[in-house]
Amino acid sequence: MNDLLAARGQMAMSLGFHIIFAVVGIGMPLLMVLAERRWLRTGDAVYLDLAHRWARGTAILFAVGAVSGTVLSFELGLLWPRFMAFAGPVIGMPFSLEGFAFFTEAIFLGVYLYGWDRVPPRTHLLAGVAVAVSGAASAVFVVMANAWMNTPAGFEMSAGRVTAVHPLAALANPAAFQQTLHMLIAAYVGTGFAVAGIHAFLLLRDPANAFHRRALTLALMVGAPAAVLQPLSGDISARAVARQQPAKLAAIEALFETTRGAPLTIGGLPDADSRTMRFGLEVPRGLSLLAFHDPDAEVPGLDRIPREDWPPVTIVHLAFQVMVALGTGLALLSLWIGWRAWRRRDLVGSRPLLRAIAIATPCGFLAIEAGWIVTEVGRQPWIITGLVRTRDAVTPMPGIAVPFVLFTLLYLGLAAAVVWLLYRQIVRAPTAAEASHA
Amino acid sequence: MHDTTLAVVLAGVIMLALNAYAILGGADFGGGVWDLLASGPRRPQQRSLIADAIGPIWEANHVWLILAVVLLFTCFPAAFARVAIVLHIPLVLLLVGIVLRGSAFTFRSYDSRRDAVQRRWGAVFSGASIITPLLLGAAVGALATGRVRAPVGGFVASYLEPWATPFALATGLLALALFAFLAAVYLTVEAGEDRPLAEDFRRRALGAGAAAIIVAGGTLILSRRGAPMVHAGLLGTRWAPPLHAAAACAAVVALGALAVRRYRLARVAAAALVSLVIWGWGASQFPWLVPPDLTIAQTAAPATTLRFVSLGLVAGAVVLVPSLVYLFRVFKSADSERPAHS
Repeated sequence: MNDLLAARGQMAMSLGFHIIFAVVGIGMPLLMVLAERRWLRTGDAVYLDLAHRWARGTAILFAVGAVSGTVLSFELGLLWPRFMAFAGPVIGMPFSLEGFAFFTEAIFLGVYLYGWDRVPPRTHLLAGVAVAVSGAASAVFVVMANAWMNTPAGFEMSAGRVTAVHPLAALANPAAFQQTLHMLIAAYVGTGFAVAGIHAFLLLRDPANAFHRRALTLALMVGAPAAVLQPLSGDISARAVARQQPAKLAAIEALFETTRGAPLTIGGLPDADSRTMRFGLEVPRGLSLLAFHDPDAEVPGLDRIPREDWPPVTIVHLAFQVMVALGTGLALLSLWIGWRAWRRRDLVGSRPLLRAIAIATPCGFLAIEAGWIVTEVGRQPWIITGLVRTRDAVTPMPGIAVPFVLFTLLYLGLAAAVVWLLYRQIVRAPTAAEASHA
Repeated sequence: MHDTTLAVVLAGVIMLALNAYAILGGADFGGGVWDLLASGPRRPQQRSLIADAIGPIWEANHVWLILAVVLLFTCFPAAFARVAIVLHIPLVLLLVGIVLRGSAFTFRSYDSRRDAVQRRWGAVFSGASIITPLLLGAAVGALATGRVRAPVGGFVASYLEPWATPFALATGLLALALFAFLAAVYLTVEAGEDRPLAEDFRRRALGAGAAAIIVAGGTLILSRRGAPMVHAGLLGTRWAPPLHAAAACAAVVALGALAVRRYRLARVAAAALVSLVIWGWGASQFPWLVPPDLTIAQTAAPATTLRFVSLGLVAGAVVLVPSLVYLFRVFKSADSERPAHS
């Protein structure tokens, strides 16, 4: 394995691992806070129990998120020192702000997890709110920095060197708004449905359980509205990518020729060498309509991009199909949930619905992983679009396969430990009899 | 000239973040050392005191390191790139230590209470708590040696020799000894009214303090050949005598206060001692960020970046400082100490 490929593999693996915990760090605090607020309002002790148990899960997942995030902040330099030497002064601002947001999150999570008996109930709830808000703020700042890599702005260059920096313009780069919006909503979809799915699974076995019923409702109150909103945010994103990153859009749609009234291809297996697409389902004019809201619009194809600057078309196209399919599925499931909640006010009565929610457990996370593959692989061969190539940014240090393997093994071990610990937390959840006693 | 001043101030802020990381996060690593070395009739109580002391604050303490890294790559990108390239190996190992320490500590808190399970996570936690300070110290030591040069030549010359030196490894050992000393001193306060438990950590603090002094002496001797710039700075400059006087004073006060069981005073003096060691290193290296060839002024980001980061720091501090004060008041104030029980 060459060093560039190993470095890319290590970065992809580290990001793919961290994103799950980062997302949980955004979504779970909101769920804890909702449960605790219900308890303060209703005095129903089941909600207090729920807040306690969700907080335990959050503690485990947040710790892994914190340490894997530390790894990433070093890896930016360990793997891509020449990227950081270029980009550091320009996008350091959001990273610094993220540092403070993360600080706030860690401080108030400490207060929340260990302060149940040490601070008054209202203060405790506020600490939880601070965790939820600063968790969301961290995500916004980090994704803004990533958006800058896609649509760099806010600096002047001469002779390959940055000569002047406008940090606010870099912060508010063209991709920043839609990317942060899409990621933030995705975090609530992913966490909401993961939690709802686990409780739905347990309700299938124990339908009368008041603990799981309340948990399911709260988790869906976060996940389902977010899942319905996400296609709208996706539309904003797609239209922005069409304007700002034509190479990425062409790879996403595997559009080899610039086309007026371009069709949308659903599924299909693109072949970059022969510039053809097999097995796809074509919706006439669909792409022009979606990307430019005009059925006759011209969509630039990969023929406008020099061959050596193409992103890996097959990976980007397939990852996009996976993300959209999962997102659409979750949005439809959410409509079903909403309809059922409106008509019957009882979600648990429908076993098919519970089964569907249980099956959806990993879908939000899988969609997030697929979406990041689209964003990151779709930017290749650039690490900063149009300015710095990934291969020029990599560290000169040889033998990168070694740390790649080391971190892969480390993270596999951590993943196994986390799954085992969460499984133990979940099987320890109260039975129906215990929950009605509480 | 004005921009250079700002760059120096920001380099000072990075030192401040490292200083906070050492006296707060460092003590959390030291706690891991004493978890491993827990012994005697009160072994379980020692371990649970350590876990209670670290639990609520280690994640916040850890962020100081991230802040230092982020400020380094924002304000001094060329220095960050050089360090990340040349010190790749110790930094990767440091990260492995950080990951294992944090996750094993949390997993232990939430896993089964069975002894075998607790011991397994405890071993990972305390093992990683020893390795991490060694590597952190070695990386700092490597910087001070002035060998973190742009890589030329073979793998060994470029990526091993800069940090695999007696001086850098001695610095790692010094970091470990100082962190263990800090942790033991803090734990005498945390033990509160539980006198026998406080005695356990008092003895450990005195031992670790003596060890730290011996290692510090050894490191200073090694610095003559290993890190001439630091050696010259620590012995030959105008500010050297007052620094040594202050450090000696802090050491005497810390150990003396331990001897007469004035634990709160010992805590302040121990933190001051470690801070003086860190600023001594920083001052002796000034104005070089990565000796022998990268200075603060040379590697500073454009002036606009520095100004915006300064504004960001002020805004961040407005949120951070009250939050931190609150955290420590909730968990570390006098009335939050554990009551006596047996």
